[in-house]
Amino acid sequence: MTNEARVPTRMGDGTFARLTRSEIRADLVAGSEAAVKRAKVPPLTDEELDHLLDIYASPARFTGVDVGDEIILSCDGTGMKTHATRIQDLQSYEQWMGADLLELCVGDYSLKVVRTILAYEAQYMHDALLATVAPLQYGVMPNLGLYSKPDGPCDNWNELLPLGKIAEAKAAQEEALEMAVLDMVHLADSQYEAGADAIDWDTTGASGDPEFLAALRATAIIRKKYPDLGVQLGMAGEFVLGMHGQLEYEGVRLAGLWPKEQLLLAQQAGATMFGPVVNVNTGKSCAWNIARAIALVKPCMEVATIPVHMNAGMGVGAVPMFVHAPADAVCRAAKSCVDLLHVDGL
Amino acid sequence: MGGMRAAGDLVARMQMTRGMRLREAKDYVAGKLGVTPFDLSDPVVMTDVRNEHGFGRIHSYAISQPWQANQIEAKFNIARVLDVPINCVEKFKERTTPGGAR
Repeated sequence: MTNEARVPTRMGDGTFARLTRSEIRADLVAGSEAAVKRAKVPPLTDEELDHLLDIYASPARFTGVDVGDEIILSCDGTGMKTHATRIQDLQSYEQWMGADLLELCVGDYSLKVVRTILAYEAQYMHDALLATVAPLQYGVMPNLGLYSKPDGPCDNWNELLPLGKIAEAKAAQEEALEMAVLDMVHLADSQYEAGADAIDWDTTGASGDPEFLAALRATAIIRKKYPDLGVQLGMAGEFVLGMHGQLEYEGVRLAGLWPKEQLLLAQQAGATMFGPVVNVNTGKSCAWNIARAIALVKPCMEVATIPVHMNAGMGVGAVPMFVHAPADAVCRAAKSCVDLLHVDGL
Repeated sequence: MGGMRAAGDLVARMQMTRGMRLREAKDYVAGKLGVTPFDLSDPVVMTDVRNEHGFGRIHSYAISQPWQANQIEAKFNIARVLDVPINCVEKFKERTTPGGAR
């Protein structure tokens, strides 16, 4: 039994728990140690843990960064037709929500879906740019899985792998990634002609190393063709899954890369912004999750030459896996990332 | 940074298209506008700065000012003052030049 006061604090699934200050600190230490164990990164220092403790043991409903330390928010999906036309949604974000940048996209946010409607999306981007002020990018998920059967032409590697057909699975992934690179470049061609400020590859690597390779190769091609077109490369997970296992970019094997190595390749490919991801463990507290997230991403900040926008959304960056992320958890994660990582944005 | 309420859109543009880190982007924009990086997040300061340069503003029926530059017009001014190429501005110029539209 303890006489320590208990404070309401969120779990990774968004539910409230009531933990003592000591329990929260123990979770922070454990989260840091979990990152060390998995990714061989340095643990958080005592000062960093104490700073996180002050944030996560506070009973305040809301917290924020210090005045003057404000960062850029690169919110995706701001022009997806949620309550009005897509252009009106963009204007709403710009006018009412103070969005720093905007993103036009379709509801089915996948590259292979967009490839058949490039002209329509370019027309919409053209028109949207006339009616907005904030920088406007076009966003898709590479979503390589859609290139496999039954949705696409390539054999389904997720079905081949359990059958032990490793060579066939690798060949299918290699075929799909070539198609995806072409489609990504075609998308950039049409959006550049429309006047877009940037392209966003969202959730890159969701299908593992072939998808990450496709994004890197496409980014390099696009940045060489259009030096003034930005490319934002945001990841899907903290760790590049080795679905193929032997794919390399410029001599670096992609399977198994953690955020720092992912960033180095994104920079090499010419990306103008990078978004590392750390997945939330819904069975642990948000305090545990933020300590782990910061420990995993901290090495990025030492080598970053482009803006690093830590992903802090549903199920990533210590934000609970819940469709309407509670603001008390979001603001704590945001402040932690700004104070300790000195991220360029979220 | 509050987007168009302050200078968030301007700093974001330097990150997105120029790949500038946050500090560099803030210093660049502040330098071009003659303010401090601290001012960039302050809507009280930046509203006047945006009005002065025609960078577009948050609208309200109570304070509508239709003579001010907005939307694509504002981006022309942003490109000029920040000395940064803005793709849609360049395309607008091409398309409104005789023989430029395809």
